[in-house]
Amino acid sequence: MRTMHAWRAMSGIVLRELYRFIRQRERFFSALVRPLVWLFIFAAGFRSTLGVAITPPYETYIAYEVYITPGLLGMIQLFNGMQSSLSMVYDREMGSMKTLLVSPLPRWFLLTSKLLGGVMVSLLQCYVFLAVAWLYDVQAPWAGYLLVLPALILSGMMLGALGLLLSSFIEQLENFAGVMNFVIFPMFFLSTALYPLWKLQESSPVLTTLARYNPFSQAVELVRYALYGQFNLQACLYTGVALAVFLGVAIIGYNPSRGMMQKKGSRL
Amino acid sequence: MSDSTSLSPVLAVAGVAYAYGARRALDAVSFEVQKGQCAFLLGPNGAGKTTLFSLITRLYDAPEGRIEIAGFDLRRRSSKALSRLGVVFQQPTLDLDLTVMQNLRYHAALHGLSGREAEGRIEAELSRQAMYERRFEPVRQLNGGHRRRVEIARALLHGPELLLLDEPTVGLDVPSRLAIVDYVHQLCEDGRIAVLWATHLIDEIRGRDQLVILHRGRIRAAGSVADVLASAGAADVGAAFHLYTEAKT
Repeated sequence: MRTMHAWRAMSGIVLRELYRFIRQRERFFSALVRPLVWLFIFAAGFRSTLGVAITPPYETYIAYEVYITPGLLGMIQLFNGMQSSLSMVYDREMGSMKTLLVSPLPRWFLLTSKLLGGVMVSLLQCYVFLAVAWLYDVQAPWAGYLLVLPALILSGMMLGALGLLLSSFIEQLENFAGVMNFVIFPMFFLSTALYPLWKLQESSPVLTTLARYNPFSQAVELVRYALYGQFNLQACLYTGVALAVFLGVAIIGYNPSRGMMQKKGSRL
Repeated sequence: MSDSTSLSPVLAVAGVAYAYGARRALDAVSFEVQKGQCAFLLGPNGAGKTTLFSLITRLYDAPEGRIEIAGFDLRRRSSKALSRLGVVFQQPTLDLDLTVMQNLRYHAALHGLSGREAEGRIEAELSRQAMYERRFEPVRQLNGGHRRRVEIARALLHGPELLLLDEPTVGLDVPSRLAIVDYVHQLCEDGRIAVLWATHLIDEIRGRDQLVILHRGRIRAAGSVADVLASAGAADVGAAFHLYTEAKT
């Protein structure tokens, strides 16, 4: 694989994702409305009942809106990852995925580039959300807005890789509804996105353990710490390992000789 | 399948077999296509044409046998082999949300063409298909025939040596079909490329073409139209196809 060829192909794949996103304006607004509803309505309603005590990385008492903002960034990326996965299943059913898979580059590289394209789209959404949150008085230190970028890239890659993995297993678009019920909702609600672990501990130690090892929790914590200028090594390692596992299995799933593509046969 | 003995084939399929679980879809499939030849792959539904195309495009690997494109083993040197391949799939594969130009630039990028090189080739290929004036239109606004023309332009953009066409004219009106049939035959006559074309439409075949008749995963006949007709003792391709596949045309 020549470097220049690889660079052009990766740029082409990322640009295609951005073009598609720009043309699908309703996708942009719906992706933004979801976390904003949580921020403006849910957080306002639960502010008094879900008060958050001082907990790292925060150095003082914080409003509930401040606490859930990193979780809502995670939500944007989680839904974006699943949206990418949905679009891959759709592309595979409609045939346009074939143009990518028959191009003269290793499949792992093509899938990683596609993943990166999805992350770029989610970054745009995240920063627009952060700008709106800033206007709503949910403000992080200025440096945090820059430091959160690598954290968002890593967490976006991990959640996108999960979507990629799911897309390699899902044979039909109709099966995708199950992903909502069995992946997105449990992953989101069983995490530190909406409540800290110590709060969950008061209700259920079992759920707390599950939430602690949920990769989405680790991604949210990575983003939370980065937004406040701190580095959470454990969350970073955990997210990185989860990315490697999800992407590795997804690549096997799309491998022409070993993966699920063989079983799908002419459907591809 | 060729009378040319000195040239190496652009497509060589040797002893290829493939099964979906216990069901054998292809069995000991072997044939070759030379540069300048237009080879038609005929077979009833379920004959194994789509499976064969999926193997030649390496959507999945053949566990048995060997496929070479322009002398490159598809399994061991897949990047080299795929870079010499242009494909028009049976299902439309253009991105409807993008313009014609954006679709072609995307394809050019996947094949590593520089921006300037891509612009030149896009202009040349779209002009040949009389589609250059419509390059900034979203694909969604094009009719089926025009979308197919763009797909053919896209398949030729990177200068492939082998063009695979999987029933590209299905669902098109007669003028659009004829335009595509004429254009592809012209490519072969110019000696620029080898073509493997899967179809059910026997009237698209011309006297100088090659035939590969596939039935129940096995090659029943292969060779020039004249050779296949002679070996079948048939008056036309339809009759030969019927004889080899026991199917009505």
